[in-house]
Amino acid sequence: MIVPNFEHQQHAHCESGVTANLLNYYKVPISEPMAFGIGAGLFFGHLPFLKINGTPGTTFRTWPGAIFKRVTQRLGITMHTEKFRTPEKAMEALDRALENHIPVGMQTSVFYLPYLPEAFRFHFNAHNLVVYGKEGNEYLVSDPVMEVATRISAEDLAKARFAKGAPEPRGFMYYVIDAPKKTDYEKAVQQGIKQTCFMMMSPPIPWFGNKAIFLLANKIKNYPKKLTQRKASLYLGNIIRMQEEIGTGGAGFRYLYAAFLQEAAEMMKRDDLQQYASELTKIGDDWRNFAYHAARQMKNRQTDLVSFDELSDLLRKCGDEEKAFFKKMEHIKW
Amino acid sequence: MNVNEVPQDPLHYKERDQLKKKMYAVDNNGKYTGVSSVGWEAENAATKQAWDEVEQSLAETEAKVKAGEMSPLAYFMEKNLMDLPLLAKYAGKWQWQVKKHLKPEGFAKLSPDMLQRYAQIFNISVDTLTSFGK
Repeated sequence: MIVPNFEHQQHAHCESGVTANLLNYYKVPISEPMAFGIGAGLFFGHLPFLKINGTPGTTFRTWPGAIFKRVTQRLGITMHTEKFRTPEKAMEALDRALENHIPVGMQTSVFYLPYLPEAFRFHFNAHNLVVYGKEGNEYLVSDPVMEVATRISAEDLAKARFAKGAPEPRGFMYYVIDAPKKTDYEKAVQQGIKQTCFMMMSPPIPWFGNKAIFLLANKIKNYPKKLTQRKASLYLGNIIRMQEEIGTGGAGFRYLYAAFLQEAAEMMKRDDLQQYASELTKIGDDWRNFAYHAARQMKNRQTDLVSFDELSDLLRKCGDEEKAFFKKMEHIKW
Repeated sequence: MNVNEVPQDPLHYKERDQLKKKMYAVDNNGKYTGVSSVGWEAENAATKQAWDEVEQSLAETEAKVKAGEMSPLAYFMEKNLMDLPLLAKYAGKWQWQVKKHLKPEGFAKLSPDMLQRYAQIFNISVDTLTSFGK
């Protein structure tokens, strides 16, 4: 059983990519940047006390699942979502949906996806993909980070859907039940932009939003004093990976969000949004510059204080620019 | 970032260069477009470093297993990139229980059923698990 006419498209990021691929199948035309922007995917967070594999957590995006939920809500799409107690039940439900020619999105762990390069396969449990068919013992997979559609054995998929550890997928799957004939993109875009500004500027705590960039900058300044060389390098490496290694489209989703602003500018015929897009592109370049120098520092493993001070300043620059950017964008008149 | 500035630095390590990612960059008319990229030096260095750390730590654990300070379970846990909380979840045990099994004395007392369960988690045979480091 194969869902006819399901089209696989490669995207930068798994969740916005799955959203775009699924909605396009239901004739709700949407690009990845649009899905990312409407879903208010852009964010920043740094949690020094939440250690993942021994390094503090840093994120450039909102929490898993939020993009998809917001996009479908804002575009008035009715979804079916379900979690399961056992792999058997989860796989049965998947087969039933496929028999009815429904492409199914689901949450998986990248550790159990053999088609991905081993270099990427850590225990990350919030990877999204679409299954759009089954042939024999194999499922047909549209994984947005892959160039072409691929296949996975039933055993591996079951493992990936029932990986342990936070966030536990427990077979979580979702599909479209009903999509409206006409959707109000402009309103959804406005809601998305407003929410992103709010999430970046309003949190009164230091770990989330724009403030967290300065928190991280302060921490980096102190790395040579507080950490061993090995740890300092690992911490820096983790920031670079969150910013560039996982599918972010470059500069920790900043380019992807700029692409969204540009598309919104064209759709709504607003030059100011185009201005914002160009500005964010420049900010993205500064993030790349930070990552470039962080990688050099990481490889050299020198604990000379000047470099870490400079790195901290490079990051602070990104923080200052984004602060001005979101403060201005908050006050857009619609 | 301009379209012609998108880096194409391959990393020949653990199939990394097998996957080209989609990047977003600006073309000559200032329009955003998707560009396929095999990788970037900075990102590659971070990827490689994360794995180097895994391998260094795994080698240390292997030595400890061979010296009889830790059980083979500790080795396979790390080989599968797991830590104690995660392995405990997979095994359906409390962390303090699994912690005992990470020591040779606790490991020696494991029932055949429990050994089978651990072997299954790591996708290896019981024999591979118990004979490691001997």
